[in-house]
Amino acid sequence: MAQKKFVVGCFDDEKVLFPAVKQVRTAGYKIKDVYTPFPVHGLDHALGMRETSLHTAGFIYGITGTTTAISCISWIFTKDWPLNIGGKPHFALPAWIPIIFELTVLFAAVGMVMTFMWLCQMAPGVKKHHFHKRATDDLFVMVIECTEKTNAEDLKALLAANGAVETDIQIAEDGWWFGTYDNENENLYKQVTN
Amino acid sequence: MASIKEQFEIPGKLKTWAFALIGIGGVALLYGMFTQGFSTDEHEQVHFWGTLMYNTIFWTLVTNAAMFFLCFSTMAQAAWMQSFRRIAEAISTLVPVFGAITFAVLIYVVLGGKHHIYHWLDTEAVAKDPILKGKAGFLNPTFFIIWTTLAITLWSYFGYRMRQISREADENPMDAATAKSFNIRSMTRSGFFLVWFGLTVASTIPWLWLMSIDAHWYSTMYSWYTFASSFVAGMALIALWVIYAKNKGYLELTNAEHLHDIAKFMFAFSIFWTYLWFSQYMLIWYANIPEETVYFKHRVQGAYKPIFFLNLVVNFLAPLIILMKRSAKRNFTLVAFMAVLILFGHWIDFYQMVMGSLMKDHVTLGWLDFGILGFFVGVLILMVARSLASKPLIAKNHPFLKESIIHQV
Repeated sequence: MAQKKFVVGCFDDEKVLFPAVKQVRTAGYKIKDVYTPFPVHGLDHALGMRETSLHTAGFIYGITGTTTAISCISWIFTKDWPLNIGGKPHFALPAWIPIIFELTVLFAAVGMVMTFMWLCQMAPGVKKHHFHKRATDDLFVMVIECTEKTNAEDLKALLAANGAVETDIQIAEDGWWFGTYDNENENLYKQVTN
Repeated sequence: MASIKEQFEIPGKLKTWAFALIGIGGVALLYGMFTQGFSTDEHEQVHFWGTLMYNTIFWTLVTNAAMFFLCFSTMAQAAWMQSFRRIAEAISTLVPVFGAITFAVLIYVVLGGKHHIYHWLDTEAVAKDPILKGKAGFLNPTFFIIWTTLAITLWSYFGYRMRQISREADENPMDAATAKSFNIRSMTRSGFFLVWFGLTVASTIPWLWLMSIDAHWYSTMYSWYTFASSFVAGMALIALWVIYAKNKGYLELTNAEHLHDIAKFMFAFSIFWTYLWFSQYMLIWYANIPEETVYFKHRVQGAYKPIFFLNLVVNFLAPLIILMKRSAKRNFTLVAFMAVLILFGHWIDFYQMVMGSLMKDHVTLGWLDFGILGFFVGVLILMVARSLASKPLIAKNHPFLKESIIHQV
């Protein structure tokens, strides 16, 4: 929980956004994120983000589900409580396959959803600062975090020169908080444009 | 698009290979036909005609799967496959050729009364057999011949119509109204093929051609199983040709993004095939009724055990493990390897489906099988290459082509 200074540039067209992303990155600034109203193809590559590891996590959850199912069922049906079901062998693998499959899918699905929520810091009641309300409507909002070396006014000028329809400097909460947006304007969010 | 190579030229080496395969395979085929096919020994006859049957049926269904791929993509208004659609079209031109061979073989078997292959051809046995008598309305030579003729003719005809409309995209640039009517007409034509495909490949044709070999036995999964087998092999065949053409410097507009989607089909339908394989197997295993387990008895516990389980390893475990990763699906070498493996695996699948029922006591896999396979592969290579060379490689005025060029997975 810390307040930081951000420069925000808003674009109204993806065709303008892509060259702007490239220009800002070439100029040496590190883009925190670009908030868009819909998924934009290729933006992750343009931002230089690495491939997600979510599928590797999914594979591990799946394998865990498979192992859990096999060890659990085989222990129950061969050691703990062997039953004669229709004269089938106790170790009746074909009959277990559907359950093994179900548990694999269940573990992988639930695990991946949880991991996704964790990575994106999403949960009921968790709030984050909105850099621009229209990011959910029709604006592409590029956010750059300022360091000591950043000259915010220069950066604003650079964004405007690259087609930003709106630019401003915000001091805002960087992480997430639990609760409501009620106090955000007073305590956490000071707009410093003047 | 000035630098696009639109004209495929058949490399000399490919022709040499094709003719060599046709030559060697043709010799094996003819030698087998005269020593075994026309021999007086029932056993040898069954061996030869059974081997020829599963090969020709396999390749007919696999080439037909290429047209099925085009038709359902058209119906879904998919754009991504437009950059390599001529490959699938070229493969589908083989349907009339392999269909004619299948037709000739099946007509010979049925009219020749080969009741050791199709038990229901034995009229005396049928008269005494309540089960076969009950099926006689469906399993009789007249219906078999009519339905087989209709199936092969209409696959060829509807496929031809689809290829014809695709040629319209070669000529002139389309304005919006033309493009719209072109799209609707393409969808209508693909609809005819899809409905007929559903009535044949996804239901009746595998019952007639393959499942009726075990005349008493039936499985409701069988047709879908056969369809899944031929479809995944068809996608593998498309992948192989795309990679080959790409290697020779053609198909500049097709890249790893398109390969990724083709490999996804190979991966997904390998799993779909396993789903049907398992559904068929588990229900019969669980119920354990002799009249149903008769199909699996000699496959799981008899001579066919190694092939039966090899089938599962090659067609399920290998694609599952190797094609799971995103980077694997985008790797041309790996996808080419997996395509060959999947084609071989499903050929083996068809082998055990047919020969596992005809030659219950011993596995006959040998020179005859590989010889006939070589013949079919040779014909396939030659005819697909000729068909590719006979028209432009890119339907350059297709309304969806741009979407295919910028396709991103």
